[in-house]
Amino acid sequence: MSGSGPRRPDGLLAWEWGEGGNIVKRSVTVTVNGVRHTHEVEPRLLLVHYVREVLGLTGTHVGCDTSNCGACTLLMNGKAVKSCTLLAVQADGASLQTIEGLAQDGKLHPIQEGFWEEHGLQCGFCTPGMIMATVDLLQRHPEPTDEQIRWGIEGNLCRCTGYQHIVNAIQHAARTMRAGSTKAGRSA
Amino acid sequence: MAVSKLFGASIKRREDPRLITGRATYTDDLRFPGLTFAQIVRSPHAHARIRRVDVDAARRHPGVVAVFTGKDLQGVINPIPTAWLIPNAELKTPPHPALAVDTVRYAGDGVAVVVAEDRFAARDAAALVRVDYEPLPAVVDQQKAMAPGAPQLHADVPNNLAFKWIIGNSEATAAAFKEAERDGIVLAQRFVNQRLIPNAMEPRAVVAQYNSGSGDLSVWYTTQNPHIARFVMSLVTGLPEHKIRIVAPEVGGGFGSKIPFYADEAIIAFCARATDRPVKWTEARQENYLATIHGRDHITDLEVAARRDGTITALRGRTWANLGAYLSTAAPGIPTILHGLMLTGCYTIPNIDYGVYGVFTNTTPVDAYRGAGRPEATYLIERIVDLVAAKLTLDPAEVRRKNFIPSGRFPYTIAAGLAYDSGNYGPALDRALEMTGYQRLREEQKRGPRNGKHLGIGLSTYVEICGLGPSPVVGSTGFQGGLWESAIVRLHPTAKATVFTGTSPHGQGEETTFAQIVADELGLPIDDIEVVHGDTAAVPMGWGTYGSRTTVVGGAAIALAARRVREKAAKIAAHLLEASVQDIVFDQGRFSVRGSPDRAKTIQEVTLQAYLAWNLPAGVEPALEESAFFDPTNFTFPFGAHVAVVEVDAGTGQVELKRYIAVDDCGRVINPLIVDGQVHGGVVQGIAQALYEGAAYGPDGQLLTGTMADYAVPKAHMFPMFETARTETPSPHNPLGVKGVGETGTIASTPAVVNAVVDALRPYGITHLDMPLTPERIWTAIHGKKRLGR
Ligand code: FES
Ligand code: FES
Repeated sequence: MSGSGPRRPDGLLAWEWGEGGNIVKRSVTVTVNGVRHTHEVEPRLLLVHYVREVLGLTGTHVGCDTSNCGACTLLMNGKAVKSCTLLAVQADGASLQTIEGLAQDGKLHPIQEGFWEEHGLQCGFCTPGMIMATVDLLQRHPEPTDEQIRWGIEGNLCRCTGYQHIVNAIQHAARTMRAGSTKAGRSA
Repeated sequence: MAVSKLFGASIKRREDPRLITGRATYTDDLRFPGLTFAQIVRSPHAHARIRRVDVDAARRHPGVVAVFTGKDLQGVINPIPTAWLIPNAELKTPPHPALAVDTVRYAGDGVAVVVAEDRFAARDAAALVRVDYEPLPAVVDQQKAMAPGAPQLHADVPNNLAFKWIIGNSEATAAAFKEAERDGIVLAQRFVNQRLIPNAMEPRAVVAQYNSGSGDLSVWYTTQNPHIARFVMSLVTGLPEHKIRIVAPEVGGGFGSKIPFYADEAIIAFCARATDRPVKWTEARQENYLATIHGRDHITDLEVAARRDGTITALRGRTWANLGAYLSTAAPGIPTILHGLMLTGCYTIPNIDYGVYGVFTNTTPVDAYRGAGRPEATYLIERIVDLVAAKLTLDPAEVRRKNFIPSGRFPYTIAAGLAYDSGNYGPALDRALEMTGYQRLREEQKRGPRNGKHLGIGLSTYVEICGLGPSPVVGSTGFQGGLWESAIVRLHPTAKATVFTGTSPHGQGEETTFAQIVADELGLPIDDIEVVHGDTAAVPMGWGTYGSRTTVVGGAAIALAARRVREKAAKIAAHLLEASVQDIVFDQGRFSVRGSPDRAKTIQEVTLQAYLAWNLPAGVEPALEESAFFDPTNFTFPFGAHVAVVEVDAGTGQVELKRYIAVDDCGRVINPLIVDGQVHGGVVQGIAQALYEGAAYGPDGQLLTGTMADYAVPKAHMFPMFETARTETPSPHNPLGVKGVGETGTIASTPAVVNAVVDALRPYGITHLDMPLTPERIWTAIHGKKRLGR
């Protein structure tokens, strides 16, 4: 790894340097899709790179380097975050959910179903981030208006769909989830 | 076939399960044992001489495997070629070295490459490459670049003029203008079609692996056309074509930006061979903005001659097309063949005199971006038709109707020589106006602004050239390839089918639509059909996905191959049923004897027999697999009518898009849900050009809109729900009657929105504004006019 060499170039902060010029790695423990992981990582490692490169969960994508596109969105402690905007060390102790962990017991999540039913994706590159952002959105607005959906996903860019089928997909999911929770409520 | 079950059905896409669960594999997701990572060192200067490249510090950096410069590639990697050598245009093709050797010509031009054990070490080490540049004066504006004394980019390209392409009849056009000056009208307008950045959400990426034992080069990468990539890779690396395999894994959008063969794929292939390690390179977004092609960037002076009744008699104009620093793969053909020939749109304008200057500047190369030349043409004609209507105080819908090519005159040869296949423009416009409630809105508009908000209604009736294309015709335009398509339909012994296509869909959903075609042709359950694309080792040949050609040409090839399978199966069935093949009827997967429906064999039974080969008719070979190579006899010409309804706030200059109506005719429709998706996506890209997007360079050649935070990729809340409908005029030039729909939205929507905004601003005497129509631009136009006392 790059951290093992004798000297590093300039441009890194002094606190990152340990004995002999190595970057001091930090320990990170996270629970991802229900599985606990501990790794020693460079403090500068972005969470998205940790998830993709270290854990090999490549469903979370990188579409920009300025926190604009939302392709890297995942859930941290139940809230949608842009994982390119966090360092892996900032996630220490957190529970993460990525797109790979959304379907349960071989059954698609209603949001995934909604995207499939309503043709809410074309190339699919924005889709994992879009879906994870929707999880958060529908927690906050179980009965969203189209307007709330459009503003709710403003941190996620899609170049393919023109967004209309994404709005339909999210409405589809919201309906299924409401129906599901009434059923669950009744049977409880 | 009698009953068509799936053709026309909005079935869910079979691509989606892997995409919605995070199980799809895009290029950057690929992992190989021993994988290394590359970082390309790019010039920060738009124009500079390279005095020296010092890579010592980079080489010593921990984890670095190798560092190469332009000199290392010289003589090993040939210059990156352009593939569209337009004739009669004095086209200049200056060499484009994969890594610059002595001169960099745009900010982003590659000068060195670092290969390291991980991507972070590669980036760190790239920062240690010291390049001693001697900055040279730069030029970014295409008209300035042609002026005397302008900085010269290439030796032997005087005035930076890459080509000069002229069409039409200048004498007849001049006569038509004379006549219009006497008893008609003549109008002139300058139009700027600003530069756009394609912004496929997945940046480009390449993984190359060279096996020094076998001499095989394998490259996985974000391409829309793997076979063209293999062809060019072979020319550039000197490796024989049969030793090269190109794979397009999942590709996250392209919009034209993944058509070209970039220097980068040659550089990474070189690195893999030189280091004997697999090498991955993935663009960062800011790098994408510099190193991936841009689109549009035209300046046009256009004149129109018309009679007082609105009949347009001639167009005359010149366009200066900015090509950037080098000729990208299709660059010369985009502003000429795909643009200039379409200038007269869906109208019977008999005279044109049009020329395009292709100009080198110190900017990122410009190539095909969704629509590629046709949006620029449609913008010109649809804006100028509106200018004619405004001048004559005629309704813009009326002027369009007056000039439409009448439905009875197809195939129709336009002034530029193309023969439009079929069309029926009036009904599409009628339908769009009816959906809009056009008359009612015009009444409302007459009542004046409400709360300082002005209503504007904009029309766009477009036609585009699609289904690229008949190979002899594209060959005559200088395109260095064919544009036919290949297909193999292979039935396995259990009658499951694998279908191979030479197209390379990357979001357009053809794994689904192609399966629909085959399911209908062979009466197979759709889930028994797999569609394979994007791998030169699996598919014999193909020309890829762009130009709204995938379903038109690739789908047609598949239908033909499937029909051949059916014919062969019918022979076997006849033999098994002891009937003559003329008496065999096929319906929904069953071959039966005419008149006795119980004497029948299913396609599954016949397929098994074809493979067992125990009892085949004389002269029939075993197995059940057929291929087809389909070359259409003409392009297709989809068309339609779009309407934008806007409100412009005079106080803030803000445009609100209230409604958007799209009536498209893309011939027969295989999957309406997918077609709607294509229209929506295209419409958003076109509206974004009208209202939001634009790449900007400083005079020194620095890209000012250099990040996604500075370039306005549109968001969901900027759009209303689009109202879509279709008319259906089949194309006679392919067996499916389809016309293509991938680009219609982008082509139609830009002028519809600009026309609407200018319509709203009519009370201020504003007749034209250049895009993007930002609040600042509109506000300044309104208030500037006021100060002038208008
Ligand atoms: S990668 Fe674009 S916002 Fe995170
Ligand atoms: S589906 Fe391609 S970017 Fe959203």
